[in-house]
Amino acid sequence: MSAAELDAIQLTIALATITTALLLILGTPLAWWLSRKNASWPALVEALVAMPLILPPTVLGFYLLLLFAPDTALGVAWEKLTGTQLAFSFSALVIGSVIYSLPFVVQPLQAAFQRVPEDLLKVAATLGASPLDQFRSIVLPLTRRSFVTAASLGFAHTVGEFGVVLMIGGNIPGETRVLSVALYDYVESLQFAEAHRLAGGLVVFSLALLYLLYRRDRRHSWRVQA
Amino acid sequence: MPDRGITAIYGPSGSGKSTLLDCIAGLRRPETGGMVRFRDQTWLAPQRFVPPWQRRVAYVFQDSRLFPHLNVQQNLDYADTRRGTVGGASMQQVIHWLELEGLLQHTPAVLSAGQKQRVAIGRALLSSPQLLLLDEPLANLDHNASQQCLAYLQQLAGELELPMLYVSHDIEEVSQLADHLVLLEHGALVDQGPMLDLCGRLDTQLSREEQAAAIVLGSIGQHDPEYGLTELLVEGQTLQIASRDSPVGARRRLRIPARDVSVCLNKPEDSSILNIIPVTLTQMKTDGDARVLLRLALGGQHLLARITRRSADRLGIQVGDRLFAQIKSAALLMESSDHHE
Repeated sequence: MSAAELDAIQLTIALATITTALLLILGTPLAWWLSRKNASWPALVEALVAMPLILPPTVLGFYLLLLFAPDTALGVAWEKLTGTQLAFSFSALVIGSVIYSLPFVVQPLQAAFQRVPEDLLKVAATLGASPLDQFRSIVLPLTRRSFVTAASLGFAHTVGEFGVVLMIGGNIPGETRVLSVALYDYVESLQFAEAHRLAGGLVVFSLALLYLLYRRDRRHSWRVQA
Repeated sequence: MPDRGITAIYGPSGSGKSTLLDCIAGLRRPETGGMVRFRDQTWLAPQRFVPPWQRRVAYVFQDSRLFPHLNVQQNLDYADTRRGTVGGASMQQVIHWLELEGLLQHTPAVLSAGQKQRVAIGRALLSSPQLLLLDEPLANLDHNASQQCLAYLQQLAGELELPMLYVSHDIEEVSQLADHLVLLEHGALVDQGPMLDLCGRLDTQLSREEQAAAIVLGSIGQHDPEYGLTELLVEGQTLQIASRDSPVGARRRLRIPARDVSVCLNKPEDSSILNIIPVTLTQMKTDGDARVLLRLALGGQHLLARITRRSADRLGIQVGDRLFAQIKSAALLMESSDHHE
């Protein structure tokens, strides 16, 4: 395996890990809010969250590219804050990936939260548990498996991302050249043996991850899960 | 409502019993506003809403609602670790009272309905509440389990200075437990008062029910092992009831259904009915087309009798008449909760 390929693997793993972490931090409260009955405009928010599922990634990438350009408010603010350009940077990839993989984290969590009986939270409240305490002591343990599902799907989906990356990241080795882009390069230059190595690796990785998830869900079907 | 003893909230389905408890616990905010005050604390007022986790009100639901991911011990710990510094029952006491020793390591899924409810009661007590709410806690239990749970609750009412609000649509349960009774209908309070007074009145919705019954309080006298009977002394009269193992001198409640009481003008000497006692007719009320309901004074207590209107006319009875009440059946209630009297 070449140094360029190792770079691409390393970059992909870093991107997917950071994206997944951010998604769990942002997606958990969002999913919780969506799962409660008193959310306002829930259908609109749900639709927005689900958009990346059906939108061609290039559409998302196109608008993000415009948004990240150095002459937009965001681009200017970013440059002032960090001293670097946002477009074609690793940070841009992280932002794009968070949006792109959002439904893969929010939807399983929301489904799991909805299955936590409201009654259990009520009894916890009468036993002296504040809402945060209820979430930590009742909701989290009951939905632990769904967090694993959500994180795995978010991670795997980020690894497989291509269209958004190409639009907003370009192809800078060590900065934005992730596995899927590297694979595209090999195919473009007719290096099929190398392409097989990366493509096959991604197939095996994805299959193994999904297999483990589904096998676990079948074994523990009594848990609250998504 | 009184802030001590057991207060039963009784009414038909849909009369707002559970809603009332939810409002007291803070699990529901009444749409029309309103006030909830407990002792010197205001929990709900126009500009004030104390959330349930700050109210120190424990709630035992019909479905025990044990936390499925925690075993019995952990369910108890959940309440125990969240209570304030104030006392209340200790873990050992609760485990001992409710006989939970053998269950501690079990998960809720393997417990019977009765065991679950005992754990739920224990968990509620360990949150050291100032008020315990019980919403039909025995409704899902079979007869034996519910009798057992009732016994535990009565024992607890005696051991703890903990006021309880007990919602039920089962008047027999209520008769055994309650010191005070609140009658609800269509979301409105129709009557309230001490249990024994309210059951002996003719102007309540209770008296219109088929199973209307008076409750009298007496003390256990002699046992008659040969016939399996026990004497209960009520207002100087002696009633004989099928024996239960009650210690001599113990105060017990006796539930006497109105339909099992008839009256006669003279004391019959050749009746198969054992309990024939002198009473005074203090009130009469027609009950539908064919029947009348009588209120009979026995000393300071009252019995109810339901007889046909035809019989009442034939006997020519009037308020103030001295009659003999024939009591066909009476149920000695397990244990009196009249610790407060």
